Formats: sequence, C-alpha cells, structure tokens
Amino acid sequence: MDRIYFDNASTTPIDKRVLDAMLPYFSDFFGNPSSVLIEEGQMPGKAIDEARERVAELIHAEKGEIIFTGSATESNNLAIKGLALANRSKGRRIIFSDIEHFSILNQADFLTDLGFQIDYVKVDGYGIIDMGDLERKVTEDTILVALIHGNLEIGTIEPIEEVARFLKKRGILLHSDGTGTCGRIPVDVKELGVDTMTLSAHQINGPKGIGALYIKRGTRLTPIIHGGFQEMGYRAGTENVPYIVGFGEAARIAREEMGERMAHLTMLSKKLREGLASSIEYIHFTGHPEKRLPGHVSFWIEFVEGESLLLWLNLNGIASASGSACASNMAAEDEGGLKASHVLTAIGVPPEICHGSITFSLWKDNTVEEVEYVLSVMPGIVKRLRDMSPLYENYKKTGARTI
Amino acid sequence: MAKGPYSDIVMDHFMNPRNMGEIEDADGVGEVGNPACGDMMKLYLKIEGDRIVDAKFKTFGCGAAIASSSMTTELIKGKTIDEALKLSNEAVSEALGGLPPAKRHCSVLAEDALRLALEDYKKKKGLA
Ligand code: FES
Repeated sequence: MDRIYFDNASTTPIDKRVLDAMLPYFSDFFGNPSSVLIEEGQMPGKAIDEARERVAELIHAEKGEIIFTGSATESNNLAIKGLALANRSKGRRIIFSDIEHFSILNQADFLTDLGFQIDYVKVDGYGIIDMGDLERKVTEDTILVALIHGNLEIGTIEPIEEVARFLKKRGILLHSDGTGTCGRIPVDVKELGVDTMTLSAHQINGPKGIGALYIKRGTRLTPIIHGGFQEMGYRAGTENVPYIVGFGEAARIAREEMGERMAHLTMLSKKLREGLASSIEYIHFTGHPEKRLPGHVSFWIEFVEGESLLLWLNLNGIASASGSACASNMAAEDEGGLKASHVLTAIGVPPEICHGSITFSLWKDNTVEEVEYVLSVMPGIVKRLRDMSPLYENYKKTGARTI
Repeated sequence: MAKGPYSDIVMDHFMNPRNMGEIEDADGVGEVGNPACGDMMKLYLKIEGDRIVDAKFKTFGCGAAIASSSMTTELIKGKTIDEALKLSNEAVSEALGGLPPAKRHCSVLAEDALRLALEDYKKKKGLA
C-alpha cells in the first residue's frame, strides 16, 4: 500500500506545476537579477517581481511589502530582531506567547544579551492567547509582541485582530508567524492589523529554503544580513530566483484553490476526529474545536506513549507527528535533551501525559479512503500499546488515571 | 539495514516484544519510573532455586524502552540471580545493536527494574 502522509504541518511535497515553473530559472534564465542593464538579468528580475505580486495577493498586501528570505525561520528572526533594533530607543521589552515556534522563542537569549527583556504571555486550555495576561504583561517599555497565527501542533488560530487592536492603542508592534495559515486559510494582513507577518513556501507545496516576510508599509525595521541592496535593502544576498518563482506559483495556486481545499479538508478532519472519538477511549483532542486549521487533528491518548504510537503508525504506512518527550529529540546528546512539547505544556497538558500526543495534519491530496484506513488501524495500535502499559494495568486495578 | 535511528534488532523487539505480560504469582516484581521522560517499566520474575525460570514485562515508553525491556527478559531467562545481577545496561544496549545516545537511559530503566525485582525477591524470601 502507498504511504499515507498525514504530516503536512511538517512540510508538503512540491506541486508539479510549481516545479515546472521553477525549472527554467536554474538554467535558461540563470542571470543575476541585480544585473538590470543586461538581458540575462532582466528576465529573472521580472520573474521575481511577479512572484512578489503573487505572494502579496495571497495575504492582501502590496507588492512592496513583501521581502523574500531563506526560510520562515529567517523571516521570524528578521522580524523580531529587526523590529527590536529599530525601536530600541522606545523601549526594551518584548512579549512572546508561550506557544511560539522555536525560531521565535530561541531568540530570547540573544536579545537578552543585547539588553532586551523578554516577557511571556499565557494561552488558555485551547491555546488561545489570554488577553487578561497580555494586559498584565504590557508595560510602558514594551515595544513588540509576537503571536503565532495558526499553531501547527495544536491547530489553534489566534484572534490576531483583537490583539492588534489592543496593541495599536498602546503603540506596540505586532509580529505574527503565519507559517501555518498563509496559503491555508484566507489571510488579510490589513484586516488582521499585523505589522509584520512570516510566510513559508514549503507549507503550501512550494520548495523548502524560501520564506517571506510581510512588512507593513512605513514600518521601521533594521536589516540583520548586510551586503548588497537586494530585497529593498532589508535582506542582502543574490536572490534565489527559482525558489522565489516557485513560491510565487505556490501562492497563486493556493489562492485559487483555497475554497475547494478548505471544504475538502474540513470534511476529512471532521470524519477523522469523529471516528477517533468514537473508537478510542480516553482520547483528548487538543487545540480549539472550531477556531483551527482545516485538516488539522491533534490529540493525546492516555496510557500510551507517543513515540511508540508514531512508530506503529509509521509501520502501518502512516506519517504523523508527536509532541511526546520521548520523540522530541533523537539527535540529543543524552536524555537531558528530551522534553515534552512546550505547546502542549502551555495548554496545560501535564508533561508526563503529553506522552500519547499525535498530530495528524491533512492536506489537499489526502482522501476519504486514507482517513478510513487510519481509523481502521488506530484502535488496534492503541490496544496493543495499552496491553503492554503498566499504567493501563494500574488503571484497571486501581482506577488511577496518571502516574 | 535500519533506515531510522533505531537498529533492526531494536525494531524487531519493538514490533515483536518477547515476554510481554504479567506473571500473576511472580516471586519478584520491580517497577521503575523514568525521571527523564516519565516513562515506566514493570518487570516480573519467576525464580526456582537460584535460577530465573521466567520473566515478563510491561512498559510504557518509547521504542528503545520497549526493546530494552524485551531484550532484558531474554537475557536473564535461565540465568542465576548472581548472573542476572551482573547484567548491565550497556550489555542490553549492545545486544540491541546499540541505542541513540538520547535513548541510553531507556536501557538503564530496564537494568533498574531488574535490580528492584531481584531485591523484591530477596526481601520476600527473607534473604535481604
Ligand atoms: S522511554 Fe522516554 S525516551 Fe525512552
């Protein structure tokens, strides 16, 4: 049987149409777009311009507000560091939500060394930002808040508009990581009210190694890579033309097919979620039940450990992800590197039971048959692991749910 | 050849765990929790004279933890208590064809469960 890929929150395959659009720019149109006066540079320059237009359209931005970068991680770095540095005369405090991606969270030490102070805002049990906590955390000295738009681990979509309104009154900037949302759901940066927003190509069938940052017109931002004058001076380095072209094409297709995809994914995830809920005892769905990414189904199951679950799913031909500590960092030097997911911990799942966590992230090419197959093997896998679980044995004897 | 981070032997023991289950009238039981990730292992021993005649386990944990438990029961069956006490986590890991560094502690879990089960046996027998 073919593999069933339910891990689209990690990455997606390149669309054939995207690949076709990219290929000529590796060889035929190889010129440097900065060489505007010679013919070789003109075609690539035009292609970048068009791709920028397509990406801008995807989020209702203007062409001049889109900067291409090497990854969503780079975009998050450029946004946070760039805004912090450009605004440091106004204040030194920055707020991150507890469920940001590592490419935001792991900037904390560096920024602290530069003299900034990072504060953290909590989320509720669904992963939605706690507005009361935000109100408590903002100070006169706060210049910037980072709040992810759609969390790829639990699927929750944040109330960016409300947060942006609240911050605007106080003159505080808002960066949002739109890696999980841009190209998956309708995004209008003007309506959302963000100052900067990160986009990723490989989340929407574009290539890896290319990201973008929306920078609202008039926003001051200090570049962090210095060199030539590419990307309007915000990001030096010869443009990665084929990848930019690929991103543009992926954005065009995502915009055109979004309605269809969302309907398909909503149907699939409803079926998957309902099937799991009715066939597996002690399953807990994570994230917000309605305000969530289409096609995203995340949960944790009591008395089973996530890595084992993930390995068994893999052996059954199904690709998924887990936030379990055991599955967290295979490359770590020792067990000190193993940690339950910070997102699950932030929504209040006790670390010792984050264990049985699985994320299924479906995308446009997944089918009803695949969902049915996953539903047919899940109960058997769970039973198998529970039969060997001393926690389950203990539960059956004493009724104790946790360790 | 193993494609992932686990050896073929680890995957084999993960998929087909040997001696999984409980022994109702076990002579020694050892239960340990893993402080690193909250996992748990329970080892049951049946001992006749000074020999381990049967061993079974239950484990809540990752692939390495399940494979280490399974391998441990295989390695101690038929051994004397003194021989079993000499079994180290390195030996378990080696028998499994090696474990990724982050997963070594999972084999320590098995070693600890074995020691506790043997202590439990000695206590029950009034030997300790
Ligand atoms: S049992 Fe948690 S990493 Fe092995």
